[in-house]
Parts: sequence; C-alpha cells; structure tokens
Amino acid sequence: MDLSALVIPLLLAGTALYGLWRKVDIYHALAAGAENGLTVLVRILPTLVCLLTAVSMLRASGALEWLTGLCSPVLNILGIPPETMPLMLIRPVSGSGALAVGSELIERFGPDSYLGRVVAVMLGSSETTFYTVAVYFGAAGIRRIRHTIPAALTADFMGFFASALAVRLFFGGI
Amino acid sequence: MAMSIIWAGMVAISFCFGLATGRLNEVANAALEGASGAVELCFSMAGVMCLWSGVMEIMDRSGITAKLAALFRPLLRWLLPEASRDSETLSAVSACVAANLLGLGSAATPLGIRAACRMARNCNGVASDDLCTLVVLNTASIQLIPATIASVRAAAGAQSPFDILPAVWVSSLLSVGAGIAAARFLSRLTAPSVRLQRKSHTRRFRAWI
Repeated sequence: MDLSALVIPLLLAGTALYGLWRKVDIYHALAAGAENGLTVLVRILPTLVCLLTAVSMLRASGALEWLTGLCSPVLNILGIPPETMPLMLIRPVSGSGALAVGSELIERFGPDSYLGRVVAVMLGSSETTFYTVAVYFGAAGIRRIRHTIPAALTADFMGFFASALAVRLFFGGI
Repeated sequence: MAMSIIWAGMVAISFCFGLATGRLNEVANAALEGASGAVELCFSMAGVMCLWSGVMEIMDRSGITAKLAALFRPLLRWLLPEASRDSETLSAVSACVAANLLGLGSAATPLGIRAACRMARNCNGVASDDLCTLVVLNTASIQLIPATIASVRAAAGAQSPFDILPAVWVSSLLSVGAGIAAARFLSRLTAPSVRLQRKSHTRRFRAWI
C-alpha cells in the first residue's frame, strides 16, 4: 500500500473530526468550499478554452517540437526534460496558460510517467510570478521594485530544476 | 495586454509553422480539438477541485489556518526583520503564508496586499528589502496540497493523483529557499535606493522635530 492511499482518507477523516471537535458546521463548510471550487473552475474555463486552442495549434504545427529541440542541449545538461520547455516559458506569465500547457503535456505523456510527474510538480511548486509582482506592487504603490524580478525568477528556475530532481528522487529515473 | 500579444503570437506562429511544414490541416483540427478539450478538462477536474476546496474551507473555519500562522511567526520575524516590528504587518504576513500553504489563494492575496501596503508606507515608492522578500515569498508557491494539479492528474487517469506531494514539497522548499537567498544577495547590489530611503526617513524625522 502506498503512502498517499493512507494520506487522503486520513486527511478527510481527520479534518472532519477536528472540525466537529471545534464545533464547526463542517457539512456547510464543505459545501461552501465546493461551491468556491466550482466558481474557480467557471472563472478559468474561458481562458482555458482560449489557451488550449492556441497550445494545441502550436503543437500540431510542429512549432513546439522545434522549440523543444532548440533548447534540449542546455536542458539535458541540467537534467530538466526538454519537453517541459513550453511550460517553463509560460508559467511566470500566465496561470491559466500554464495550466493549459501543463494539462496538455500530462495528457500526452500520461500522468504516471516520469514526464507527466515532472510537469505536475513544476505546476505545483511555482506561481504566476509577474502577475503576483504586478498585484502586490500595484496595490502598495511601489514604482521602484529593485531586485524583486531577478530574485523571483531565480526561485522559479530553481523550482523547475528541483522538480525534475525531486521526481527522479522519489520515483526513480525515466 | 501581455496576454493578447502572447495569444496572437502563439496563433500566428502556429499558422506560419503549419504553412511551412504543410500541416495546416492538422492545425485547423487542433484548434477545434483544443477548444473542446478545455471544456472536457474542466468537467473532469471539477469533482476533485470541489472536494478539496471544501476540505480547505473546513480547515480554515476550524482554525487550522490561524494555528499555522502562529507557527510561522518566528520564521517570518527572521525573514522580514524590519517589517515584523510592526505587529499588524507580521500577523497579516503570517496569515497570508498560512492561507497560501493551505491553497486558499483567494484568501491569501488580500492579506498579503494588506501587509505590503503597510510595509510601503514612508518609502516614496521604493520597495524595501523586506517588501521585496515578501513578494518573492509569494511568487514562489508553497502549497501543502496542490489541489488543482491533483485534479488535472485525476482527470488524466492517474493511479493516485496525490503521489506527487513529497516531490512538490521538496521542490517548493528549494525554490523558496533559492528565491530568499537571491533576494538577500541581490538586495546589496541594489543598495543605493536603501540609502535614499534612509535619507527620507531622516528628513521626515527632522520635519517632525
């Protein structure tokens, strides 16, 4: 039995019991949260339609293969699978774009393949950097953002590198 | 606007490549398949997404977020030495980090913005070291349960959609660590603005006297 088979039921039961103990109306909270989840999905659906259209066009035209081939020498040295290049390019710019590219890659290579897992971990361990920077500094009225972008992109790049490394570590190589 | 350019670029490149490689037929079909595939993806993600959003909501309402926030205070005091002298900033930042950890993005952003606004007072539009660190912290996601990705994997038929959790944690930690280290190192290179900031503080102080 693998660990995650234990984690999910345990987390569900544990959260439910803890909530009951703290006298929370857990059933309503669950339903309200589920509604939130649906709202998020409805909000990303239109952008996902736009971006998946463009991504599958890029794929079919052969442009993605060309880009992958172009970057593969450098990425291979770093141990990052070159197929993830499109995801790494769009991840800091657009959240739903990254979701579109990522889900397309996961679908293509299979969710339980090495590549599928690397893509999933990349998506899970990074954020939409430029969006976040714009929101925070915009709200705070900052004009000179100094070293934020290079530091944030360093974090992103380290995240991509570490994703490939961590998947090799936990699931064995290709 | 940035997205408009990216989208136009993607479609135009597809057209040019399709024309050059003689795969225009496939490109045309792919456009239609991509659009309907997006709807299918959303439908097959919906169950897992809703379930986990619900679980997160229970965690939030039963005070787990607040507990996590308390847990992070000492660490944040070390990470943001200047800003955490203001207790309201510290509590907003720690609540923001806790909400992020639980994947409550919509709850985390307003908290983080409140902290950023407090940190941006008296700085003439120049970001302080701590404000940069805070934003870097928020651009490098730390999520205990990446529900969206798990639902994408579930939709694609993964055997156990959550088996990537340890790998996500390790790579998140490395990514955040690298971001913070880079922010610390680079803040010295952009130091002149800090001096400028200090000057403005003295000026204010003098005016106040």
